[in-house]
Amino acid sequence: MQRRLKDINFLDVVLWILRAVIIGAVIWGSIATIIENPYPINTWVETIIAGVAQGSLYALIAIGYTLVYGVLFMINFAHGEFFMAGILTATIFLAQPWGKSGFLNQHPLIGLAIITILSITISVGIALLTERVAYRPLRKAPRLVPLITAIGASFFWQYFFRGLFGSDVKGFPQLEILTGKISVFGILVLKTHAVVIVSAVLMLIGLYIFVMKTKVGKSIRAVAEDKDVAALMGIDVDRAITITFATGAAMAGIAGVLYALVFRQVHFFMGFIPGIKAFTAAVLGGIGSIPGAALGGLLLGMFESVGPGLFLEGLGIPAPHQLKDVIAFTLLVLILILRPQGILGERISKEKA
Amino acid sequence: MLVLSTNDVTKSFGGLTAVNQFSFDVPEGKIYSVIGPNGAGKTTFFNCITGFYEFDGGKIEFMGEMLNGKSTDQITRLGVSRTYQNIRLFSNMTAVENILVGHHPHFKTYWFEALIPTKRILQEEAEALEEALHLLNFVGLKGLGDQLACNLPYGAQRRLEIARALANRPKLLLLDEPTAGMNPNETVEMIEFIQRLRDELGITILLIEHDMKVVMSISENIGVMDFGTKIAEGTPKEIQRNPQVIEAYLGRGAADG
Amino acid sequence: MIDNKTYSLKDIIKTGLLSGLIALSLSVIGFITLLNKRELVAGILSLGHVFLFSPLIAFAYLSAVRIKDEGKYKILGSGFLIGILTSIPLLILALIEHFYDIRQFLVNVSPDLMEILLFNQGIVAGSIILMLGMGLVGLLAAGLQTLPENIRGPITYALTWTLLIGTFSEILSGRLRSFFGPQFVKIIFVRKALNPLVAGILLLFFAGLEINTQKRKKRDDVKRPWKNLDPRIKNGLGMLLLLLLPLVLGTYLTEVVNNVGLYVLMGLGLNIVVGFAGLLDLGYVAFFAIGAYVMGILTTQGHLGFVSMSFWTALPFSVGAATLAGIMLGIPVLRMRGDYLAIVTLGFGEIIRILALSDMLKNQFGGAQGILQIPKPNIAGFDLVKPEFLFYVILLGVLLALFVSWRLRDSRLGRQWMAMREDEDVAEAMGINLVSTKLLAFATGAAFSGLAGAIFASKLTSIFPHSFNLIVSINVLCLIIVGGLGSLPGVVVGALILVGLPELLREFAEYRMLMYGALLIVMMLLMPEGFIPSEVSKRELHAHEIQD
Repeated sequence: MQRRLKDINFLDVVLWILRAVIIGAVIWGSIATIIENPYPINTWVETIIAGVAQGSLYALIAIGYTLVYGVLFMINFAHGEFFMAGILTATIFLAQPWGKSGFLNQHPLIGLAIITILSITISVGIALLTERVAYRPLRKAPRLVPLITAIGASFFWQYFFRGLFGSDVKGFPQLEILTGKISVFGILVLKTHAVVIVSAVLMLIGLYIFVMKTKVGKSIRAVAEDKDVAALMGIDVDRAITITFATGAAMAGIAGVLYALVFRQVHFFMGFIPGIKAFTAAVLGGIGSIPGAALGGLLLGMFESVGPGLFLEGLGIPAPHQLKDVIAFTLLVLILILRPQGILGERISKEKA
Repeated sequence: MLVLSTNDVTKSFGGLTAVNQFSFDVPEGKIYSVIGPNGAGKTTFFNCITGFYEFDGGKIEFMGEMLNGKSTDQITRLGVSRTYQNIRLFSNMTAVENILVGHHPHFKTYWFEALIPTKRILQEEAEALEEALHLLNFVGLKGLGDQLACNLPYGAQRRLEIARALANRPKLLLLDEPTAGMNPNETVEMIEFIQRLRDELGITILLIEHDMKVVMSISENIGVMDFGTKIAEGTPKEIQRNPQVIEAYLGRGAADG
Repeated sequence: MIDNKTYSLKDIIKTGLLSGLIALSLSVIGFITLLNKRELVAGILSLGHVFLFSPLIAFAYLSAVRIKDEGKYKILGSGFLIGILTSIPLLILALIEHFYDIRQFLVNVSPDLMEILLFNQGIVAGSIILMLGMGLVGLLAAGLQTLPENIRGPITYALTWTLLIGTFSEILSGRLRSFFGPQFVKIIFVRKALNPLVAGILLLFFAGLEINTQKRKKRDDVKRPWKNLDPRIKNGLGMLLLLLLPLVLGTYLTEVVNNVGLYVLMGLGLNIVVGFAGLLDLGYVAFFAIGAYVMGILTTQGHLGFVSMSFWTALPFSVGAATLAGIMLGIPVLRMRGDYLAIVTLGFGEIIRILALSDMLKNQFGGAQGILQIPKPNIAGFDLVKPEFLFYVILLGVLLALFVSWRLRDSRLGRQWMAMREDEDVAEAMGINLVSTKLLAFATGAAFSGLAGAIFASKLTSIFPHSFNLIVSINVLCLIIVGGLGSLPGVVVGALILVGLPELLREFAEYRMLMYGALLIVMMLLMPEGFIPSEVSKRELHAHEIQD
């Protein structure tokens, strides 16, 4: 016991206090809210489902971060922009004209399918262009360098698309078949939320199979493990990296369509904050791990959605929903202090981290 | 007097016990070697002494002071310096700057005195530089002070790393395979150099080494490690005759046959 | 990078189309249209033209360099071909727009753009002019390469300087007017652009100047009178120049310089954190915000105020609060490395901004309405209202920060930071206490930023949460990278380029971030060590080339 006490230094004490304060505030706030009981049970259920839907979106975007990080150990800061580029283009060129002409409501499935294809195409195109121009020449540079070009690419694409399509918010047409709610096991769920959750789950399962079972997926994992050895084994490293970027961007392209269905508006800046959040989700779950990205996304979405009403309202904070981003980032800090490798992550060795 | 004394030091990673109840004593002024096959846990043991790893059990004493629970920088300040198996210099700093960083524990002025430039700090900096140049000279790198560490040839990098460790004015110097990757000539020079360190500076040296010739020619005492435990200890002559050691090195059954 | 082996027709076509796509991109995002409003030479040349043709000129010249040994006709031919190819994407755009309204999708494909592309002509005549014009420009650009150095030098020198003067003619005409009167200005400038005749004279003048220097260089008697000067006199003269700067620059330019100064101050702080200690901090704006808010709350005469201190009394509190925040942020991130650190600090910056914006702290920080009625600094009962006076306050801050950075860099703390940047574990094994070393870096960086924030609040007299978003952090990071990580003069140069230049070219404002993004990528690809590399980072960032 004596020895253990001596081991604990000043830093540990401070971190423990920090954790205790945050967790204490969360518990205190939650209990106060539960006692006060300001919302009916239905509201809570709705909030949770909204959180799950939001979390599914984060998870889909987070895949892109996690895959690229797994392979190149770089934060692809511009990934949020891949997400934005696809759906913004598809909205301008397809969704809006079709919304006006009524085509989208006459043939919603065909329409959505084509919109999704365009969105994916643009997202993947932008991603590959970025990889080719801004990342590939710098693969052997110190780690700070590609991160900086990624930040540069992020701003470049934002303002490129702003110049292309203008800075105003674009409406995404409402689909009649997706208005209203459906009942799942007696719980009323917004149809859009249901679509988002189901598609996200399907995509994540598909992706998992792709990475784990297919030959291409195996080459990606081999490159993630050790690029030099993979190259010696006859794997085309550049091609594997390209596929990794394309896969992540395709997920982002789909996430873009789902985002537009739920929020029904798109604009040039829409990728930035979800991008950062999705990265947070990837780190939460353990960056480099696909199930981790899914779990992290879900957790983040839930905390953001439920958190303000549950923890903050009980603490007597006015307009707690303004602070949902604070919850997201505090969660990140807390997780990184407790488990620097994320929830499902392997411990990243010092060379990699 | 014992410079270093360990008692039942144990360190495991997950299920693997890398160092298992390792005990030994290093008397002052000796060159003591720890040998053992690859993966025997030698470097892990070094990392326990220098505080890189927190060990799970046992105790380590340095000059009668417990090292348990002390952080790496505190242990260094007590007078323990080390080098690394794969050279780890500050490669984008010059040779002199590297040595000056090693001298760090002996600066007595506060950092903010640099802002006022007090006489004290100017004098201290000048002395530190002089000592660094002296060390550079001592390890035979005279005139290379302004070279970037990464631009030095391999052997010079090894020497610079030792100079950096010496700048701490250590009482105990841990050398992790100092002759790794050297040709026979360089190895001989290094052996002489290590002996000079002990003879001229009076530093106790703890050595991890692979090369048996090196070990046998300079060590006064040898500890043999296998699978994290000490299987033998003694003078080079004793170790050479020890059947357990032969077995560990040449494989089971070799000693009998 | 330059591969001389095979540079075939296919490569020339590729180059031409690439240059055409870039020109097309610049056009459809509205860049060209916007810049067209800034005339360089009245009635002849606008900045829009320069940018429309610049990809072509660059590509034609570069490909001419590649095939420089293959005879004049091939070089000129390739230039012409690249020019024609560059015009093709633009022509396609013009044709589509002519027959089908694509402006409903691409907002910036405006009639104005069509006028620029087609030179105010009809679709047929305009297309021919564009195509031939581009071909001619390509030809000239490639032809420039074939000229001997003693002719090419003066031409490029003269063109560069004349275009630069043309670009800044609005500001120049303003300054010259206040010194020489409107009559003089009218001779040189027409409608805020250079008089064509004057432009011609300038061209000849600069060409002559360059020829003269070249001759001197040959005879080896380049005059550098300042080279032999005593450094103390040099510094003194420099100082005097700085002190007189506001008088020369006038109110508007001094205001620009003040903004640059604040960014230099922040850049110096971040330079310690990122450049010296290697800790990538993306939430640096938080400390700027804290400095500004503390200054605002302590000095405001509005309803949020409760003490109404003076600027000078509140200043230590601002800096102190920012420093404290630097340490408090530092503690939880002490054990995080690299990318994790970046994202957590980014989160911290956002948290601070959201808290300032929230209703929760509205009674303390004013929420979205911010803090108003912050007084200007006051010396001996005299309010420093004009930018010219504030200049001295900022100058003082910058000089202080420069001095501190310089002294610390060369001291033992500087070596500790660099050792930590190189290898954290080994640094610790050298007896360096990582906790205090990291916290000192965070604290010093935060202190500079807090100082900048405090001056910022007082300068604007009102602050809003929106002034403190992530863009500021990114700006500061960009400027220290562009200047050269770890380099002190680099911070100043970086701030001048990234903050000063956009203020002078206000049309750029809308595309500022676009340019930043492109600049960051180009810098990292071509010169990762920045414009004024520090000795250390130069080695580090090229280390991979040595290893290969």
